[in-house]
Amino acid sequence: MVWQKTLQVILFLVLAPFAGGLLSGLDRKVTARFQGRQGPPLLQPFYDLAKLFRKQSLVVNKLQTFLVGGYFVFSVFTGCLFFAGGDLLLAFFAMTLGEVFFIMAACSANSPFSAMGTQRELLQIMCSEPMLLLAAIGFYKVTGSFMVDEIVGTRVSPVAYLPGMFLGFLFILTIKLRKSPFDLSTSHHAHQEMVKGTTTDLTGNVYALIELAEWYEEVLLMGYIALFVINREWWSIPLAVLVCLLCYFFEILVDNVFPRVKWDKMFRSAWLVTLVFGGVNLLVLLCVRLIH
Amino acid sequence: MKMSQSPWLLHYDGSSCNGCDIEVLATTTPVYNLERFGVINTGNPKHADIFLITGGINSQNAPVVKQIYDQIPDPKVVVAVGICACDGGIFKECYNILGGVDKVIPVDIYVPGCAARPEAIIDGVQKAVVLLDKKRQQMDAAVRPAAGRA
Repeated sequence: MVWQKTLQVILFLVLAPFAGGLLSGLDRKVTARFQGRQGPPLLQPFYDLAKLFRKQSLVVNKLQTFLVGGYFVFSVFTGCLFFAGGDLLLAFFAMTLGEVFFIMAACSANSPFSAMGTQRELLQIMCSEPMLLLAAIGFYKVTGSFMVDEIVGTRVSPVAYLPGMFLGFLFILTIKLRKSPFDLSTSHHAHQEMVKGTTTDLTGNVYALIELAEWYEEVLLMGYIALFVINREWWSIPLAVLVCLLCYFFEILVDNVFPRVKWDKMFRSAWLVTLVFGGVNLLVLLCVRLIH
Repeated sequence: MKMSQSPWLLHYDGSSCNGCDIEVLATTTPVYNLERFGVINTGNPKHADIFLITGGINSQNAPVVKQIYDQIPDPKVVVAVGICACDGGIFKECYNILGGVDKVIPVDIYVPGCAARPEAIIDGVQKAVVLLDKKRQQMDAAVRPAAGRA
């Protein structure tokens, strides 16, 4: 059992960056095709990362490097916890701690762009986290456990009981994958809008760590999507992979169809969507349980 | 993997008439499609590899250009786009113009033209990325003997 979990963690540590990088590459390629462009090579994110590791690193202060390291470690740790079949709530708190490290790193830079980016990053967390927590509670209500390896052992896919949660999760996935709104501090469209917000003062290998952590996080979010689909049958795993890819494609589509959504729209709508989709779903589950 | 496979570009408008700027932006459109070489048009000097400048240098923008250049981490390449950025162009004799970009920072690639054609700009960027690799090699070569002595 311990060996199996160790193997799962090692597999995640090794394969997640490749999967995350490939997803990013696919994203840039598909986005380019949507816009009538040829797009960069599929492996472009790996070229970018390799370049960043070989660039000179201008360190603003040593504390920032430490804090970025903390963000990276906790992003990876969250993924390890999740893919080893650990506690969803613990994974959620570890992820939040990682984000706190990231925000502190940006705050330590003393740059107006970083400060503005930090404020938007905090708003982003405020908008997206409730849905993540609600989804974890939803999984608990359906399967009776917060442990990932017990959730994947259910008879019926959780999405059958949690369709609202799934839709709500898809909504915040747009924010979490840094697709939309475009003026989020770490959005990949923010290269011009506010000079890349929180990462403005990061260079070279320190910035590369952020990119790498994002790939781990991307795979973790896809894992969350898969958790909605996987049950004890073998065929649910390929189905989950297919659903993950479809969801990712859907997010790219949303990004391209609504390119000018701003942070204030996210701020106004995220909690509403969470309440309507997640809250109502939870309420219905509770009512059904009461009746039975 | 080479540095040249991921050139991120920073565009600064010195005192350009905007002719060259429009052509620079045209290179990122679907028609000329600079992104197919992995180029990202970044707004942050700390993330940039190529510093692309249009327009001549005057006393107001000289310190700005110098500061941006200093903020770009090594290896970096400077591309002067348009005849004004190369040597001042038709504004050369004006009282406020100091001259081309090379009056304040070292320029690696000169792209002439008024305005510079998108094809010429892409050509300039392509020459710049080759230089990026060369500069990285020089940096490695400079570090190795020093490490050997230590």
